[in-house]
Amino acid sequence: MNLIFEESRAGRGCTILPACDVPETALPQQFARKAPLRLPQLSENDLSRHYSALAKRSFGVNDGFYPLGSCTMKYNPKINEEMAALPGFTEIHPLQPAHTAQGCLKVLHLAEKFLCEITGMDEMVFQPAAGAHGEYTGLLLIKAWHHSRGDQKRTKIIVPDSAHGTNPASAAMAGYTIVNIPSGPDGCVDLEALKKAVGDDTAGLMLTNPNTLGLFDKNILQITQIVHEAGGLCFYDGANLNAVVGVARPGDMGFDVIHLNLHKTFSTPHGGGGPGGAAVGCKSSLAPFLPVPRVAEHDGKFYLDDNRPQSIGSVKSFYGNFLVIVRALTYLLTLGKEGVPQVAENAVLNANYLMALLKKRYQVAYDVPCMHEFVLSLQDLKDSCGVTAMDVAKSMQDLEMHPPTMYFPLIVHEALMIEPTETESKETLDRAAEALLELYEKALANPEAMHRAPERRVIGRPDEVEAARHPVVKYEYDS
Amino acid sequence: MGSYIPSTPEEQKEMLSAAGFDSFNGLFSQIPESVRLSRLLDLPQGLSELEVRRKMTAIASENKVFPTVFRGAGAYRHYIPAAVTRITANETFLTAYTPYQAEISQGILQSIFEYQTMICELTGMEVSNASVYDGANAAAEAAAMCRDRGRTTVYVSAASHPDTIRTIRTYAFGADTQVCLVPEKDGATDASALKDLLEQDKTAACFFLQQPNYFGTIEDAAALGEIAHAAGAKFIMGCNPISLAVLKTPAECGADVAVGEGQPFGMPLGFGGPYLGFMACKKAMMRRLPGRIVGQTSDDAGNRAFVLTLQAREQHIRREKALSNICSNEALCALTASVYLSTMGPDGLRAAAEQCYSKAHYAAKKIGAVKGFELKNQTEFFHEFVTACPNVQKTLELLERHGILGGLPLPDGGLLWCVTECNFKEEIDRLAELLEEAEQE
Repeated sequence: MNLIFEESRAGRGCTILPACDVPETALPQQFARKAPLRLPQLSENDLSRHYSALAKRSFGVNDGFYPLGSCTMKYNPKINEEMAALPGFTEIHPLQPAHTAQGCLKVLHLAEKFLCEITGMDEMVFQPAAGAHGEYTGLLLIKAWHHSRGDQKRTKIIVPDSAHGTNPASAAMAGYTIVNIPSGPDGCVDLEALKKAVGDDTAGLMLTNPNTLGLFDKNILQITQIVHEAGGLCFYDGANLNAVVGVARPGDMGFDVIHLNLHKTFSTPHGGGGPGGAAVGCKSSLAPFLPVPRVAEHDGKFYLDDNRPQSIGSVKSFYGNFLVIVRALTYLLTLGKEGVPQVAENAVLNANYLMALLKKRYQVAYDVPCMHEFVLSLQDLKDSCGVTAMDVAKSMQDLEMHPPTMYFPLIVHEALMIEPTETESKETLDRAAEALLELYEKALANPEAMHRAPERRVIGRPDEVEAARHPVVKYEYDS
Repeated sequence: MGSYIPSTPEEQKEMLSAAGFDSFNGLFSQIPESVRLSRLLDLPQGLSELEVRRKMTAIASENKVFPTVFRGAGAYRHYIPAAVTRITANETFLTAYTPYQAEISQGILQSIFEYQTMICELTGMEVSNASVYDGANAAAEAAAMCRDRGRTTVYVSAASHPDTIRTIRTYAFGADTQVCLVPEKDGATDASALKDLLEQDKTAACFFLQQPNYFGTIEDAAALGEIAHAAGAKFIMGCNPISLAVLKTPAECGADVAVGEGQPFGMPLGFGGPYLGFMACKKAMMRRLPGRIVGQTSDDAGNRAFVLTLQAREQHIRREKALSNICSNEALCALTASVYLSTMGPDGLRAAAEQCYSKAHYAAKKIGAVKGFELKNQTEFFHEFVTACPNVQKTLELLERHGILGGLPLPDGGLLWCVTECNFKEEIDRLAELLEEAEQE
């Protein structure tokens, strides 16, 4: 299909603004733009069709099964969208006086209260805009805490090898050296390796739990104890919190800091890559370092408190992706105390059910009960017929399913990481399993066809090497 | 209680047994008993959709929606065309993930490619990423891009948004580097101070300038950029996106990196977010640009195809050696900006910018004529300006009673006003009358 620039015709457009109703003032020439302003010129109908066509060439949770591991592609409730579109939220300026923004501050206050209860933390902020941003914020809290004690020599963060790439990247941005520790044969943290890794240079540990293999680390209490005894702090990467909401709380496991992805566990949409929303929670000992401004309450009135001299400052403007927080709060109010644990129960049930169905043919990387997701290894299949995890994933696209996460975690060969979430029905899981089992047989019978997949999408596999070698990253106008 | 779980109790039982469990409890056997929650969470009872709507609407009504807004300072009320709101509400755009799987995500990838093109057109830069979190975050990421060996100190104009300065400082705390504020004089960045500071420092990585600056002043960006370059530092401009339609582009001012807060491109005020960090640079710095970048290529059959490219920069490949940790960005906000720019078109965007400029100058004349509300600076400005104010609290309270959100109080006692195409002449005239009233009371 055409790019929007190729649809553009000089002289077309939409009529949006009235004529200027004050005397016009001309911008002095020395400040004026010299380059032509080349933007698309389309009628509103053509514009609307262009974007409808783009949407049809995309795939969302509303289009079909989306078992993208570690991304928690659950259903995004409609009521959340409508509440986030209330003019009483969308039309509020972030720098309005507090007495005129009590509703917004109440949203932040309630979300903090509920999420502290869910995680077992004492305070929670929403300024970070996404998971990785939350990791970074949490690590800065750890850094500020050590510095406040005059302890500058703690320069290392321990990260298990099963971690998301954001963990080591966030730790590096926070000025830390990363100590990678291997997982044990059971997929959990190797306690001996951890004991060897900790020392008086340990600032902390970042742990994703359940981990990216879908396993809850059974030694969780020993892990946090080992790190604490070495003088470090424990950071809980809550990307996979969906598995344990209402069932277990990171604050009760010895963690000092946590980040949550509101766009995973708390049902806010992913928007084609964002905006997400993160919450960062901590124990009270770390609270003085949280980013400002903080929501505070006095005499039943909320206000924003900027006066936190030990704060790390800000990681972005204002108070976070507020309208995302409105959605998450709407979701929490809907589910309530009984609904929240049912999320975890059904997310874990769906994953175990699908895993049981697939185990008939596929090899599971760690054949033990999983939490919210599990990882298949297609190494055997590749060895027997040359069909890779990539081939199977691409073939799923032709069956109107979004592929799982591929080639992650790195410690599993030919990995497919599958997270069904709690909002999928038994029939959907049955159909997905049946389709995947058929693909297995097809791989053995006709591996060539699998290498060609997908065949029913708008393009076949793109040449990624060419894209990186000769980058074309914008449309070139004929000038 | 509301729920989005489809499985009935019978199905759950069936599935449990197929998976080899006799109860939900068994599913969690990996979790040590001592950390299992043995009680229900202390949360309210769940609610039906009707009840939730009532509750959230009640909370929203505790806010005051000002019919008239004369406040900007980093968040701007512009007109949002209906097409923008409706098109971006498309469920597929809303519910898709990052387009890792290119074949099934061509639409989203193409929309990002189109967005990158528009940002390059506006800024005059050669490469744009797919977005970062917001303007302040983009500024901090840009500063990180410019760090190179011995050059690590970031110079920031004191006439930048306070949140931007604070964010750059926080990121510098992370990176163990220094930030140096370049003083502001009479509403503009002090060029001679910048020169003096940079001359004495061989560790300068970059200079960040906001254009128009926090006080609304149109800076002499090209001259300031030259000073930065002469000292071997990179030049970063943080631009108001609407102003880009009429002001010299960052490229014309010699900037190496152009960033900004994209909220004015179709995003509501929304109490501060989600907004859009846009970020573009010269080709020479392309491989240091953080975040997703979409590139054009082709498939086996020669069809035009779009993919996430140059991924060797990114965290999922490079882990701790990545240039940034960013994963999720603000994709739907970037889409919003593209739809906004396509709806406005070149003429519409220029009209919005020119109206901001004309109306702000009309308002400055009217407000400045009120005794006690003289303009503080004599500099050229775009759509924001600072006036004195004899009694800030009294003035703002009076305006509030008339449904007007007045200028932002500054620490020095002045008010920072903003006027956009949304402010009609009658509103501006009425504002001036009310200020007269406030002054006489």
